[in-house]
Amino acid sequence: MHRSPIFPLVAAVAFLVTASAAAETPADFQRSFETSARKEAAGFAGFSAQRGAAFFKTTHGREWSCASCHTQNPTAPGRHAKTDKPITPLAPVANAERFTRPDKVEKWFRRNCNDVLGRACTASEKGDVLAYLMAIGK
Amino acid sequence: MKQVIRSGFLALLTVAATGIGVALAGDHRYTAPSPTVKAECGSCHIAYPPQLLPARSWRALMSDLEKHFGTDASLDPQTTATITAFLEQNAGRERSFSVQPVLRISDTRWFVHEHDEVSSSVWKSPKVKSPSNCAACHSNAEQGDFSEHNVHIPK
Repeated sequence: MHRSPIFPLVAAVAFLVTASAAAETPADFQRSFETSARKEAAGFAGFSAQRGAAFFKTTHGREWSCASCHTQNPTAPGRHAKTDKPITPLAPVANAERFTRPDKVEKWFRRNCNDVLGRACTASEKGDVLAYLMAIGK
Repeated sequence: MKQVIRSGFLALLTVAATGIGVALAGDHRYTAPSPTVKAECGSCHIAYPPQLLPARSWRALMSDLEKHFGTDASLDPQTTATITAFLEQNAGRERSFSVQPVLRISDTRWFVHEHDEVSSSVWKSPKVKSPSNCAACHSNAEQGDFSEHNVHIPK
């Protein structure tokens, strides 16, 4: 049997495409939040790093804010407010692993929004927070 | 004379009880967490050794992760099933006769007994904060090593 010499190349490209679908960049998440935010509100006018910072640093009717564990400076390591377990920095500039895995991003927004707000975050809120985190160090 | 016999008997009892305690506690080394358990349970606290709670306690905890000691620790169903199986397979034996399963390791009689010499000021120390923070004193807690040699109470 004679296999086309192009086969290994096709296989390599297919692998790279699959791998890149699993590992994303913060900008990919931002685009996805934007698509959802446009569906949430017809008048969506873009994300705001300033709004995201305020959202991140203040409480929302409950005990904790995002900063309770991630600190007021997301380039610094944080600590779990209850167990004191160290948390690696959240800002992508300080931690290249942040906002690269869809399963992790989904899991932690789901849990932490529930803890901080008692509900799911809107796409607009997530986009604002990510805009804030992405703006740090730029 | 009677008094002497009684105190001798009490001393013997104490020695016997201590011996049993040590035997039960073994060498304080437990099953290291599987990679999934370490990654998921270990992201907010150390992945506690599965032997420290009986299977029904782990099942109760794993079936209500949305309300996990005041925080949402929910997982996807597949990961939940994988972790539950690991905890059940390596669980400790049941020592409680209560109808409700014990949910906190620090509420077990075993834990209270093991830590009875720890003063309240240690628990309140900002470097300890909570009994859930095993690694504050047990330096190798992450690896399931709770041996007395590796206990360093922070000053």
